[in-house]
Amino acid sequence: MGFFLWDRWHQLKGMGVLGMNRRNHHYIGRYNDRSLYPLVDNKLNTKQLALEFGVSTPKLIAVVDNQHDVPRVGIILGKHKGFCIKPAKGSGGKGILVITESRLADDGQQLQFCKPSGEWVGLAYVQRHISNILAGLFSLGGATDVAMVETLLVPNKELAAFSFQGVPDIRVIVFRGIPVMAMMRLACAASHGKANLHQGAIGVGLDIHSGEAVHAVQNDHRIELHPDTDIELNSLFVPHWDELLELSMACQEISGLGYLGVDLVIDQHEGPTLLELNARPGLSIQIANNAGLIPRLSAIESLNKPELMSREAKLAYAREHF
Amino acid sequence: MKHNKTALYLLVLLLVLVGLALTWQRHNVYQVPWLPGEKQQVWSVEAKLEFLGSGEPALVSLALPDSQRGKELLSEYTASPGYGLAFVLREGVRRAEWSISRAEGPQTLYYRAEFTSDNKLKLAQSKPALVASPLLSHSGPQSSAARQLLSQASLRSADERTLVRELVREFNAEEQAVALLSDTAPREQWLQALLMDATVATRIISVLTLEDGRRRSQLSPYLQVFVSDSDYFLVDPYSGLPADEDHLLMWEYRSAPLLDVEGGRYSRVSFSVIENKLAVRDIVAQRHQSIASLHDFSIHQLPLSEQALFKGILLVPIGVLLVCLLRIVIGIKTAGTFMPVLIAIAFIQTSLLTGLVGFVLIVGVGLLIRGYLSQLNLLLVARISTVIIAVIILIAVLAVISYQLGWSEGLKISFFPMVILSWTIERMSILWEEEGGREVLLQVSGSLFTAVLAYLLMTNHYVQHLTFNFLGLQLVLMAVVLLLGSYTGYRVLELHRFYALVKRK
Repeated sequence: MGFFLWDRWHQLKGMGVLGMNRRNHHYIGRYNDRSLYPLVDNKLNTKQLALEFGVSTPKLIAVVDNQHDVPRVGIILGKHKGFCIKPAKGSGGKGILVITESRLADDGQQLQFCKPSGEWVGLAYVQRHISNILAGLFSLGGATDVAMVETLLVPNKELAAFSFQGVPDIRVIVFRGIPVMAMMRLACAASHGKANLHQGAIGVGLDIHSGEAVHAVQNDHRIELHPDTDIELNSLFVPHWDELLELSMACQEISGLGYLGVDLVIDQHEGPTLLELNARPGLSIQIANNAGLIPRLSAIESLNKPELMSREAKLAYAREHF
Repeated sequence: MKHNKTALYLLVLLLVLVGLALTWQRHNVYQVPWLPGEKQQVWSVEAKLEFLGSGEPALVSLALPDSQRGKELLSEYTASPGYGLAFVLREGVRRAEWSISRAEGPQTLYYRAEFTSDNKLKLAQSKPALVASPLLSHSGPQSSAARQLLSQASLRSADERTLVRELVREFNAEEQAVALLSDTAPREQWLQALLMDATVATRIISVLTLEDGRRRSQLSPYLQVFVSDSDYFLVDPYSGLPADEDHLLMWEYRSAPLLDVEGGRYSRVSFSVIENKLAVRDIVAQRHQSIASLHDFSIHQLPLSEQALFKGILLVPIGVLLVCLLRIVIGIKTAGTFMPVLIAIAFIQTSLLTGLVGFVLIVGVGLLIRGYLSQLNLLLVARISTVIIAVIILIAVLAVISYQLGWSEGLKISFFPMVILSWTIERMSILWEEEGGREVLLQVSGSLFTAVLAYLLMTNHYVQHLTFNFLGLQLVLMAVVLLLGSYTGYRVLELHRFYALVKRK
């Protein structure tokens, strides 16, 4: 047993797989200044920052910051066909409620909302969700929070074909200004419309050079075909790839965080759009790419002040090396 | 940002060195053994006297316990700054007398004694003279009711033991008669009067129950029933059965007042008990030592009630270290960072099996209740409050049911911290909605696994001995935790998680 673990340990180390402890200690603790966390941990701040720097983000429909306003949200929500409710300080995708469609019930009185899974819920359900957000159920440490209502993104047609439900999003890890690894997350039936890998969504590793798929996994196992649509995942490639990389580097610059996860979406109308920033991005991206992060991170650490390079230089470096 | 590992390692080294040095000193200078080893049970009992001084001279006199059958008085200490103290013998009773010329405001005095358990120790005690009690001397409904009880009991008895047992049984059965009697005098006085009447020499004594970690407890009245001039047995006036003398200390047994305060008001006395295991050679050494001169920096200088508290508190770092190990090195997921330690502390009070069953039962039923509440559309704080109240009701119901079934273990369920239970329920039910039952199971079982391990460590005899006796070890624990904070290797479970990467090569 001991030998067996030791063996695995060395195999992982040989591949340069980044573990949780090393990520926290060596990268997050060292390159992410605590004082910058509120910029990414509070999505309202992120949005404001993005607006200032001209980065496109989903449009804000409303902010509910007071329990008093909860009974009246129906008036606003009813005007929108689809929207997304998020806690401003949520973490790990917790507390995000996506509504794809709203309608009046048969009696013409009650509003009804459709979740991505196709389930219809009443206004009370949505209001309760907002109350929970306000009370801090989803926020770090249980602090009180505000709920944001955003427009629903319309996924780019080329990409929508790959996803079963929901919007496929692209996660790029940016280290000291240079994109080091990327993946796309596709919701599927097994993940109930959610795009989190540990909930069964599909992770497709993307080549930093071209934006083409290199490898795909579901529940840590390699797959070739999308389980719901039977589309060959290796044929996937992300359009507007240069713009996406540019956007992820811009996000790093405006946030100032050294080790950053940038979640992007390609909207049918708006093009590449920032979904959210993450100061503690997960490690599953390595499984999706079938590659360890450490060699890439170490290469960048050996550079002299990579943050100060021009975007073109950063991009060229990333394309050449990863 | 500058990250200097040398500073950390120096700090760790310093902590380890100081910690080990303190530990070594405790061992060498104060002869505290490394291992619990061959031990004799020592009960430290402490009386805490409190009264409100009225600004006048005060004289406080407390009856003191002495060596008695099965218990040998080893040593005694007092803490009473500013007071003059004398141990006096008054009417055959040993008393501590504190005096001061002016006592103003709240006053606190401590008396502590250490007794070893020694089952071979026999000490004769003088039998009280048989005197007719004034309770029975005048005729009236009460004395005739009492005599009625006695005559029924004596019909069914053969000797002193059975007489006492049957008499108490009468008292427990005849509610009306007893209600009448209790108007004039408490039960133990009636029992004594009746037994004396039946020529059984009996004395009312005040007894302290010896149980490790007891704080703020009170003396309870017992009957000391003599079967010969020197041989006696002790009886609980409510059960009628001979008491287990191993866990009783007779504090006052010469019919003298326990506490007498002149120049003060609102006086009261409360007792704490702690069980120590001392090496036999220490006990021998202590016998020759005169009254306390402890210059030893340790928890043992504190008043007993605080010591009892610290005995538990000093174990917490062990649990905390375990959580650090399991989370950082192994990678186990727990619900809430240090919740497992809190659960483990609760387990110590409830015992493991009861605790586990109780926890699973309460959280399970709580989840059902929470599931219903989620349909009512409530605000979060109100919902958690509702769950707290539901949990309390649940605990009360469980306690009552288990009491009725005669399963006294069930009563201990109330030791669980209710707010923690309720938060667990709330978090778990959200987790259930968001991530599914599998994640809930994973986190709950991770927490319980950690809690059980922590419990096993914290109740370990050796661990308890070491943490309580060697304060320096806390510094070593701190050093280990600091080192864990800079561990950057893989977690054991990550070896499994990322194995998919290796397998394909």
